[in-house]
Amino acid sequence: MNPVPLAIRLEGCARTFADGTRALEPLDLDIRAGETLVLLGPSGCGKTTTLRLIAGLERPDAGGRVLFDGEDVTARGIEARHVGMVFQSYALFPNMTVAENIGYGLRIRKLPIREQRARVGEMLAMMRLEALADRAVDQLSGGQRQRVALARALAVRPRALLLDEPLTALDAQLRDTLRMEINLLLRGLGITAIYVTHDQAEAMALGDRIVVMAHGRVAQVGTPRDIYHRPASAFVADFIGTMNRVRGSETADGFACAGGRLRLPPTGRGAAAVMFRPEDVRIAADDETADLAGTVTASFYLGDRTRLFVDIGDECPLTVESSARCTFRPGQAIRLNVQPDGLLVL
Amino acid sequence: MPPLIFSLQLAFTLAVCAFLIVPVVLSVLAGLTVNYFVGLESGLTLKWVIEVWNGYRDTLFRSVGIALACLALTLVLGVPAAYALARAKSRLGRAFEELLMLPVAVPGLATALALIASYGALSGFRTSWAFILVGHALFTLPFMLRAVLAVLSAIDLKTLEEGAASLGAGPWQRFVHIVLPNCRDGILAGSLMVLTLSMGEFNLTWLLHTPLTKTLPVGLADAYASLRLEVGSAYTLLFFLMIVPLLLAMQALARPRRRRFIPADDTDLAPLALKP
Amino acid sequence: MFLLPAAIFFIAFFILPMGRLFIVGGSGSRGWSAYAAILTDAVYFNALLATLGVAAATTVTTLLVSGVAGVFLQRHPFPGNRLLVSLLTLPLAFPGVVIGFMVIMLAGRQGLIGTLTQALGGDRLVFAYSLAGLFMGYVYFSIPRTLLTIMAAAEKLDPRLEEAARSLGASTWRVVRDVILPGLKPALISSGAICFATAVGAFGTAFTLATRIDVLPMVIYTEFTLSANIAMAAALSFVLGAVTWLVLALARSAAGSTVAAAG
Repeated sequence: MNPVPLAIRLEGCARTFADGTRALEPLDLDIRAGETLVLLGPSGCGKTTTLRLIAGLERPDAGGRVLFDGEDVTARGIEARHVGMVFQSYALFPNMTVAENIGYGLRIRKLPIREQRARVGEMLAMMRLEALADRAVDQLSGGQRQRVALARALAVRPRALLLDEPLTALDAQLRDTLRMEINLLLRGLGITAIYVTHDQAEAMALGDRIVVMAHGRVAQVGTPRDIYHRPASAFVADFIGTMNRVRGSETADGFACAGGRLRLPPTGRGAAAVMFRPEDVRIAADDETADLAGTVTASFYLGDRTRLFVDIGDECPLTVESSARCTFRPGQAIRLNVQPDGLLVL
Repeated sequence: MPPLIFSLQLAFTLAVCAFLIVPVVLSVLAGLTVNYFVGLESGLTLKWVIEVWNGYRDTLFRSVGIALACLALTLVLGVPAAYALARAKSRLGRAFEELLMLPVAVPGLATALALIASYGALSGFRTSWAFILVGHALFTLPFMLRAVLAVLSAIDLKTLEEGAASLGAGPWQRFVHIVLPNCRDGILAGSLMVLTLSMGEFNLTWLLHTPLTKTLPVGLADAYASLRLEVGSAYTLLFFLMIVPLLLAMQALARPRRRRFIPADDTDLAPLALKP
Repeated sequence: MFLLPAAIFFIAFFILPMGRLFIVGGSGSRGWSAYAAILTDAVYFNALLATLGVAAATTVTTLLVSGVAGVFLQRHPFPGNRLLVSLLTLPLAFPGVVIGFMVIMLAGRQGLIGTLTQALGGDRLVFAYSLAGLFMGYVYFSIPRTLLTIMAAAEKLDPRLEEAARSLGASTWRVVRDVILPGLKPALISSGAICFATAVGAFGTAFTLATRIDVLPMVIYTEFTLSANIAMAAALSFVLGAVTWLVLALARSAAGSTVAAAG
């Protein structure tokens, strides 16, 4: 009953606005049928423009092509592309009830009334909105609106679903719940989904693959695991999660730096800097085997763990997380171990 | 705020209110009094109202007719124009909007003289009520435009239209399904304004009318100048009967409606029951 | 495309006729100097002064009255408040002729004020048929219009600013002067300008009250009908239109810049 998911391909798609700003450098991107692809990046990185190019709300500069299952749809407007879209502000029609909003695409497609009704009922049930069917949209809470927007986009059974920062307008707790719901929904439908966000946690949780973008270019494409553990650039490393960076020089038996020596496996490239995540750092049990020595400059108790800033004599302090139940005082001397497999050289 | 200041302000406001309302009441009474100079003790009568109705009801019907025609014209011209201006936020659009507002800023006499100077020679047009209609439409169009534009710029029209387009709606479907219903309040407010203004327009009409195309305000001016006070008052009373309901409707519409928004009630947010 | 019908209508019936009016103004016995006559000819110049004087007096009075009443009504939701606002804005779209008649009801030969002054033992006070009556009519006309604008602006005033001023020791009058008035300034300027422009261009009220009141619209009307001096009437009305447009444009830029400065 679910439609066959759509494969989307962008070829040389650049976008320059009328005032001359280049929102997107020429981009090639393959989106596999049925996958959830997340476009991630800070504001102004071109992720929304990319989505709007796929949707047909923007046209690429001359030479760019958008292909749906190999067919060139560049010249088609959004109304002829049959994709579902969820907008950041939801774009629910205030002049229609919840049910009318959900049924609007079916009405445009002139489906028989009975089928329209059946399909709307199905969507209402799927989104647990039955009780709200006849409400006006301005009587809904943020989370409810979000689900109406999803139901409306899915009611026409599109072959691809485009979501433009759909959770940004909601508060943190609701965002977590809905993120999980959307994840289950997309997996269940097996639909091709393209999801734009600036929230890396959202990207990690939802994406089969993530496209990290910056300044109108793709910085890296990969699975969440790749992106987190094998960042292709310093930008990606810093944008996703927290990353410590230590300068120094590679030696025969590791990496010498301020505060000690890291057990870096030989790289053969003569690394001048290494990076590692806070969770790969442990507070050393005994001073003999410790990799680094430093002093605590600040400590923040977060409940389940404590976040420490540790000065080892390098330019930036290290960020370290400890789940130990002991307290730390600024000025206190501390020794650290860094897992060798967490060390990253770019 | 100290109560003394409150009382002073209240008294002042009441006085202002009296200044505006007392003459209305006086005029209504005068229209129903046998002899206003003698006073109410001369008795109440409908004589003057009937006299006016018999002598001047054609002006009343003509005014209503012109007002309705004017409404139709401003709807056809104004609503699409407001839509176009709301979408095109260019400098050219702004300039055109300013231009369209000019007939409100420029005195009606000047507009009327300009129309006469340009089209006065077309006698078929000059002597028909359509000549007055053109003047009224020029003067009222900005009000329709502004009322609709105000509503359109308050909603995120662009995203709503994109939403409709993503569901397959073409430009015309978007205009009919999304734009028109969402600026209904603006259209309604503009319509009431246009009707009221057209019904009461005098500055332009006095120069544009001919003896055969007298409107209600023109008739009123005639009556004030040449007939006894009671007749003028009775005529004014008829005018009030026409215009006050429109004004009241306008006030009711302008009153901000209470938003029925239900704040974050997301208690029913159990994970979705999926039906893949 | 959606703009086209309105554009065609507007160009055919406003832009072109206005251009024609300008040409007609220069085609009379005085030629193009007709446009200077408003300054050089004593009759027209006095009419201009009277017009501007009445308009200015109307504007100041109306702003004072509407300012006090508007802020008061916005601040104090006492029972009957809504009714008062309704009554105060009821004459919003009364035409000038009817306003003239309202003035006659108050200050005319058989008017209330005359009756009252006589009853109090004085002379019968009748001033409807003079500049004073016209002034009264224009104030009557302008109050409903300005009141709504001022109430809307008063609603947007940030009460925390007043509380801040109070906390710094400001008296009621200081608060009015330093917080409320600056906050209302854009609304006062824009509604004042509209008030001024309507008073300059209005014709119906003067027409109803008397043909002897020499304000510019009446002079234009007389030139056009009685003297059949169409060129002069055209020139004068073109100048009148330009003056009102200028006042509105100036006010808009002034109000706009204050808004920007406040933001």
